[in-house]
Parts: sequence; C-alpha cells; structure tokens
Amino acid sequence: MEKVMTSFQKAVSDIQDGTTLIVGGFGLCGIPEFSIQALREQGTKNLTVVSNNCGVDDWGLGLLLANRQIKKMISSYVGENKIFEQQYLSGELEVELTPQGTLAERMRAGGAGIPGFYTATGIGTSVADGKEMKEFDGKTYLLERGIIGDFALVKAWKADTLGNLVYRKTSRNFNPLAAMAGKITIAEVEEIVEAGELDPDVIHTPGIFVQRILVGTNYQKRIERRTVGQA
Amino acid sequence: MKDTRLTIVKRAVQEIKDGMNVNLGIGMPTLVANEIPEHINVLLQSENGLLGMGPYPINGEEDPDLINAGKETITTVPGSSFFDSAESFAMIRGGHIDLAILGGMEVSQKGDLANWMIPGKMIKGMGGAMDLVNGAKRIVIVMEHINKHGESKIKKECTLPLTGQSVVHRLITDLAVFDFTPDGMVLIEIMDSVTIEEVKEKTEAAFHVSAELLKLE
Repeated sequence: MEKVMTSFQKAVSDIQDGTTLIVGGFGLCGIPEFSIQALREQGTKNLTVVSNNCGVDDWGLGLLLANRQIKKMISSYVGENKIFEQQYLSGELEVELTPQGTLAERMRAGGAGIPGFYTATGIGTSVADGKEMKEFDGKTYLLERGIIGDFALVKAWKADTLGNLVYRKTSRNFNPLAAMAGKITIAEVEEIVEAGELDPDVIHTPGIFVQRILVGTNYQKRIERRTVGQA
Repeated sequence: MKDTRLTIVKRAVQEIKDGMNVNLGIGMPTLVANEIPEHINVLLQSENGLLGMGPYPINGEEDPDLINAGKETITTVPGSSFFDSAESFAMIRGGHIDLAILGGMEVSQKGDLANWMIPGKMIKGMGGAMDLVNGAKRIVIVMEHINKHGESKIKKECTLPLTGQSVVHRLITDLAVFDFTPDGMVLIEIMDSVTIEEVKEKTEAAFHVSAELLKLE
C-alpha cells in the first residue's frame, strides 16, 4: 500500500473525537509540527494525548490545549504551559503523571505486545497508589501497563517510501516508541527518499511501524532555552 | 553563584571519578559540570537521549535538534551517542549509570527524597527523577541545609510527597556531608568554619557522627 501522502489534512482526517493519540517529542524538540497543526484545524475533540510534555502556550501540543481539544494528558512533565495550568485547576483537563522512563517503557511495551511490566520506579510514592506490587529477589516492584494508541504522530529526519525512519540527534527521544505504540502511525519528515536509498544498518524505526508518511517544509524547530557559551 | 551554592558544587564535583557515566539533574547539579577537572574523563548522560554531553554551543551554532533534559541547547563530546527515551531509561533503570547528582527539597534520616512537588502549588511532574533515584548505582543529593524560612530541610520524615524511599546514598549541603547507612544517617564531613554543634542545631533529623570526624574535632 502506498504510504506517502501529500496532504496533512487528509492524513489526520480519520482521527475522530475521543481518540487516544500518542505523540513524539521532548519539549519542543522533535515534535510533529504539521500533524498537530492539521489536527488543530480539524478541531477533533476529547482527545487523550500521551506525550512526555504538552508543548508551550502557543506551540506544539499547546495549540490543541488552547483550542480545548484535549480531555486527558498522560505526561511526565507539564510545567511549561499556563493554559495547561488553568484547564487543570478548573477541572476541564484530566492529567495522569507518569515517570519519564515508565512512560517510555509503557509505549515500547504497548507497541511490542507486552501488556504490563514491573519497575521499581515510583515505589513509596503517590505513583504506586492502587498499583499491584510484587517482590523479585527481595526487592519490591510495581506493575505498569503498556500503552497503545489509535494513532501516533511522530517526527523523523528522513524517511524512505516504505516508511523506514531515521532521526537526527536528540530529536529522536520518544518518537520511535510512539511509532511502535500507534495502531496507525503518521510520520512527518524533512525528506523522503526512494526505498533502498537509506542504508538498512542506520534505520532507527523499521517501516512496518509506519502507515503514513508526509514531508513538512520549513520546520520552525523552536528552541525553548537558547543557551550559548564562550568561543 | 551564591557562596552556599558554590560550597556545595565544589564538594559535589569530588564525587565524580574518572571513567564514570554521570547524570546531573536540573538546577544546582548542572553547575557541577563546569567544575569537573580536565584530567577527569566522564560521559554526562542527558536522559532525553544523549550520552556524552558537551558545553553550551558558541553563539550561532545552536542546533534545535540537540538539547539537554533541561531543554537547553548543548553540544556533544567525542565518543558521544544518541538513543531513544526507552534506551535512555534502560541505562538508568538497568543500573548502568554510575552516579546521579540531583537537587532536593527535603531528605529524611532514612534517605527518603522529596524533590518533585509542593502540595498547593501547580503540579509540574516528576520527569525522570523517580526513575533516576531507583535506577542509578549511586544517588548524591545537593541542597541547602536550611530553607528560606530558616527550617532544616533534613527531616525525621519528609513532609512533601516523596520522589523515592530510602534512595539517597549521600547528601551534600552548605554545612555538611552525610551518608545513609543500614545503621542510619551519619555525619561524615563538615565544611570549613562549621562545627558539629552547629550542624546538630540546624538538622531536624537524627544522625550519628562518624568516628573519623570525631577524631578530627
């Protein structure tokens, strides 16, 4: 089946109200800018969004938040967003805070057909509330569930026409895991090449995890904290 | 940098040994990186997906695809590697990181750590802190001994929500250094011009004084 598409509107058109969406990125690094904007234009509501962060007020997932499209966020850190705070305090927005490593592993496990796994992360904290505990070799662990999404939105650097993906530097972050955890994964990239042009040894996400591929042009790639040193 | 913070940072850098893989938390721990002597070779891990973090880039060479866990633009050192978030936390949770130096709001005498939320204030989230305290081989906490209301941050029991239970190996403050052992919390060092009496006065938690330190007094 042909995976390459040209219209972001069309690529997100079957994402319906109430969908669970897994979104790659760390802060504003490696976020699927164009898919998010297309979803904003489409206005899909009551989304459950699984993503490490929730963008900033006027960019990234913050765009969907400002447009009141998100019902629930599953994230590890949401401290960069005032609209988030307002909607959370007013009760409009539900939040499930998940430790970052647990979140990454929940996506990986979900995509790998593993419904749950045990981890020491969160033992003795509010994260453990209501979770099954089990002792292994004298140490206590808690059970966390894998996550699967109806859709995943990811950003990569390059793709080939079969959906094999290569990421650049730290923009990889949650993207390969999101790609695995989505039943339908929409990957946006800076360049698409013919199948065979990417060295199979350097592919980060095999195309089997990717159903739709689009090219975005003129990525903004906003920097949250521009820090420079001395030459 | 405030004098108290500089005292803490200069002591904390001595925890870093040649050949280690180290994760430095956001805030005061980040400042430790600037103090690592040149002859000490370490790889700094940034949990968003980099082992071998370098200094900030020079002006004009910032790369939006290359940031650290604090979302700051950074560089890489020779021998660095990139990876996804699951692999990054496999390094952390699998016990492959030798040392994590993290900030703290409160530490208890049992080595419990609270550093991620204050009830009544807006939640931000724990990020990778809970993974780090349960995964890295060694956890060193750096924080000021006393809060801005003049209260000890080293408690019998933490009053803030925990990040981890009995996870701290060593605590470095502007007054002293403590270790957490099966026999309880032990004062192992005091900073220049600080007395054991002063540390006792300013510490809510119960602790022993190490035999070596008593000899020096």
